Amino acid sequence: MQLNSKIPAGNLPDKWDTYRSTVPLVSPANKRRIDVIVVGSGLAGAAAAATLGELGYNVKCFCFQDSPRRAHSIAAQGGINAAKNYQNDGDSIWRLFYDTIKGGDYRAREANVHRLAECSVHIIDQCVAQGVPFAREYGGLLANRSFGGVQVSRTFYARGQTGQQLLLGAYSALERQIAAGSVTMYNRHEMLDVVIIDGKARGIIARNLVTGEIERHGAHAVALCTGGYGNAFFLSTNAMGSNVTAAWKAHRKGALFGNPCFTQIHPTCIPVSGHFQSKLTLMSESLRNDGRVWVPKKIDDRLKDPSQIAEEDRDYYLERRYPAFGNLVPRDIASRAAKVECDAGKSVIKNGHAVYLDFSDAIKRLGKDTIAERYGNLFDMYQRITDENPYEKPMKIFPAVHYTMGGLWVDYELSTNIPGLYALGEANFSDHGANRLGASALMQGLADGYFVLPVTIGSYLSNEIRTGKIDTNHPEFAKAEKTVQDNLNQYLGINGKTTVDEFHMELGKVMWDKCGMARNAKGLQQAISDLKGIREQFYKDVRVPGTANEFNPELEKAGRVADFLELGELMVRDALNRNESCGGHFREEHVTPDGEADRDDDNFMYVAAWEYKGMGNEPALHKESLNYEVVKPVKRNYK
Amino acid sequence: MKITLKVWRQKNAKAQGQLETYQLDNVTTDMSFLEMMDTLNQKLIKEGKDPVAFDHDCREGICGMCSMVINGKPHGPLKATTTCQLHMRSFKDGETITIEPFRAGAFPIVKDLTVERAAFDRIIQAGGYISVNTGNAIDANATPVEKALADQAMDAAECIGCGACVAACKNSSAMLFLSAKVSHLALLPQGQPERARRVLNMVKQHDDEGFGSCTNTKACEAECPKQISVTNIARLNRDYLWASFTTQNTKEKNFSM
Ligand SMILES: Cc1cc2nc3c(=O)[nH]c(=O)nc-3n(C[C@H](O)[C@H](O)[C@H](O)COP(=O)(O)OP(=O)(O)OC[C@H]3O[C@@H](n4cnc5c(N)ncnc54)[C@H](O)[C@@H]3O)c2cc1C
Ligand code: SF4
Ligand code: FES
Repeated sequence: MQLNSKIPAGNLPDKWDTYRSTVPLVSPANKRRIDVIVVGSGLAGAAAAATLGELGYNVKCFCFQDSPRRAHSIAAQGGINAAKNYQNDGDSIWRLFYDTIKGGDYRAREANVHRLAECSVHIIDQCVAQGVPFAREYGGLLANRSFGGVQVSRTFYARGQTGQQLLLGAYSALERQIAAGSVTMYNRHEMLDVVIIDGKARGIIARNLVTGEIERHGAHAVALCTGGYGNAFFLSTNAMGSNVTAAWKAHRKGALFGNPCFTQIHPTCIPVSGHFQSKLTLMSESLRNDGRVWVPKKIDDRLKDPSQIAEEDRDYYLERRYPAFGNLVPRDIASRAAKVECDAGKSVIKNGHAVYLDFSDAIKRLGKDTIAERYGNLFDMYQRITDENPYEKPMKIFPAVHYTMGGLWVDYELSTNIPGLYALGEANFSDHGANRLGASALMQGLADGYFVLPVTIGSYLSNEIRTGKIDTNHPEFAKAEKTVQDNLNQYLGINGKTTVDEFHMELGKVMWDKCGMARNAKGLQQAISDLKGIREQFYKDVRVPGTANEFNPELEKAGRVADFLELGELMVRDALNRNESCGGHFREEHVTPDGEADRDDDNFMYVAAWEYKGMGNEPALHKESLNYEVVKPVKRNYK
Repeated sequence: MKITLKVWRQKNAKAQGQLETYQLDNVTTDMSFLEMMDTLNQKLIKEGKDPVAFDHDCREGICGMCSMVINGKPHGPLKATTTCQLHMRSFKDGETITIEPFRAGAFPIVKDLTVERAAFDRIIQAGGYISVNTGNAIDANATPVEKALADQAMDAAECIGCGACVAACKNSSAMLFLSAKVSHLALLPQGQPERARRVLNMVKQHDDEGFGSCTNTKACEAECPKQISVTNIARLNRDYLWASFTTQNTKEKNFSM
């Protein structure tokens, strides 16, 4: 298979402008005759559905929650980047582009990332016009904060609820189109297959989660905006319902999956506290501005009251290992360093893993009030969950799965390799390479939804104006519907002894232990056979209560876990294939003498795009090589 | 700790519901309330029984999905805390906890503790937006916004659309939710052009959905997990009067889209 990234010709800064000025258009009269399905109502989906509706297309939008406003994007805290240079600190589109490419450890496409940086500027304008109440200075202009180790202040924020406010902005635009009749919303619906006719995406099969009814929906194009797959690890900072099913069904139908092993593990999360744990909570990265990370030097001290451990008996290991950046090293580095200490037996909790994040020096230096002003709501949240007071005792933190850089392979137009099937937001693999910078996911979701897809989709739909309504009586719809029904009946019919959650936990344990913060060939090979075993057991012994014709959350979960079980194996295979360390992917065999990631540009400067070959069969690897025309890849160094 | 649960069970919207009693012996204080519910469901599934259906997603207090009335209080005993952020350490060993859905005529029950809140979306459809198509915006800093107003707008915009205010109100009024959105947009310069029609249309939709009227008991504010203030309702009332008056004198009679 030849992968065509469709990157436009021309100079990097001109590519997007040239593309936009020459892409074929669809006339308003024809738009009314064209149907587009948008699956997902997060930042990417809500923005895309609203904008396509404004343009005059007939849009159907789907989400599994009871309202589009509840998509997982709502939970984002920190902020959104944009190259506005309002602070006059030397920021520019070029600098945002460069930081993103470098932060991604040179595994993203230059043209996509440059476009992202260009769009970032318009996103902020659009959001403010919608009434998003970003933080402001006393002069009435927008405030910025710095984030994620970059040297400029380009992050816009709305208290600790930036994702919520951006999503409510996109949601209000979406609701306005629903009222106008250009978008029809399907809440509590789950897409369970994509329908492909003569090689083109022509619709989806969805289950009405309230009644259990299986529905056919035809369209001239389908856009998957279904979020990331971090929940393959069972425990993550993602919402409980976040899943890979939509993307995975597309993958099974031929859409390639790009860089599945690239996952981001966030260093500051509240550690696992027991077997019953259902999810993990993020503590904002900003805490590392004033908190010092340490473990006891002596293993014997690990459970001692931290106030009784003398200064000289503490190891501030980030400050020791990375004197230049100290506690502010990037996420992947801070996470791995915590793992090294805990693996050495220095975890500060009895069962499980944790290190200290200590504010006592900052409180001494700045006073409790200043710390409360900066982090009060985070400290409260920490206390609510752990019942410990972080003003008096150091926080206990440990890394957790947070974001997935991998996803469906898309070209410059955000089209998968299946014509008419698009992927946006965290669901695609596109812009973050092997590691995402803080505050860049919200930017990408909104860029894809507001500014990219509504333009690029014209290049495809301009050839669809004579197609006419898609006939959902086509045999391919019937076939897809039957597959969906058979799957549901299969899960319900097994009637075994093990619950869906128990399988999910088992999967998560294998993924975390063998395909988590550090990976090696032996462990990954073991994981492939472990996962095969779990999957076989799942189809023999899972217990799913109830029926398919009712509201049945356990049945929904069963389908999602079945897909995670397959995806997990693909992630492991990708990690095994990528015989280098880069960004969030750390192979223990590829370490520099001082313990850092050893990237191999000669052999791995490519996107690994995997083709499905049937359950349990080895997938086929296709490579899209990355050509750096403008930026010169260098080693990342934070010492 | 040991806990006795009395949980509202109702097969679907049409079925009769009733409280069922369950015992849990292996609850720990570190568990979140929903993890306690997970434990119950795992047990029920193992016993071949029907697990309890309840809504949840983020489990971080922000998506507005979780919705339980716990011992008579929407979102339970802790102030400014959603159901998902509640922990079992707020309860005593041996305690009996009653769990019911958010009840209101406009929130039909889907199953057990799960209700339908699409009426909230329809209220937003009636005008809870600023009409600006993608690409129409001017530079974000072209219109300065007084910091105090921006902060107040943000206070109102923090509403998570959970519906606890409705469940807490004896009239099942959604005024707190509605006024939060009206205030958020009315406080900002960008929200001015549609200010009058917005409040009129949204109030009309609120009433058409069957939510009751506000009699100022402030039960909503007391139970709101985001501490949305009833001053928003006062602001809405002022806007509503003003809008009714000014629009009487214009030719535009019909504010529907
Ligand atoms: C705790 C946390 C904090 C974060 N903070 C930040 C931050 O400060 N800055 C930043 O830039 N990024 C942040 N991120 C990352 C960012 O929030 C996400 O990457 C981004 O919001 C994803 O948006 P999305 O539109 O792609 O998908 P989502 O918001 O996940 O939306 C997915 C949508 O798809 C729907 N869906 C999924 N599957 C199906 C199906 N089969 N059928 C029908 N519908 C389906 C869902 O209902 C939902 O509407 C954070 C992430 C987490 C977990
Ligand atoms: S006003 Fe408060 S209680 Fe009502 S929906 Fe909003 S957050 Fe929930
Ligand atoms: S589950 Fe999201 S607010 Fe409770």
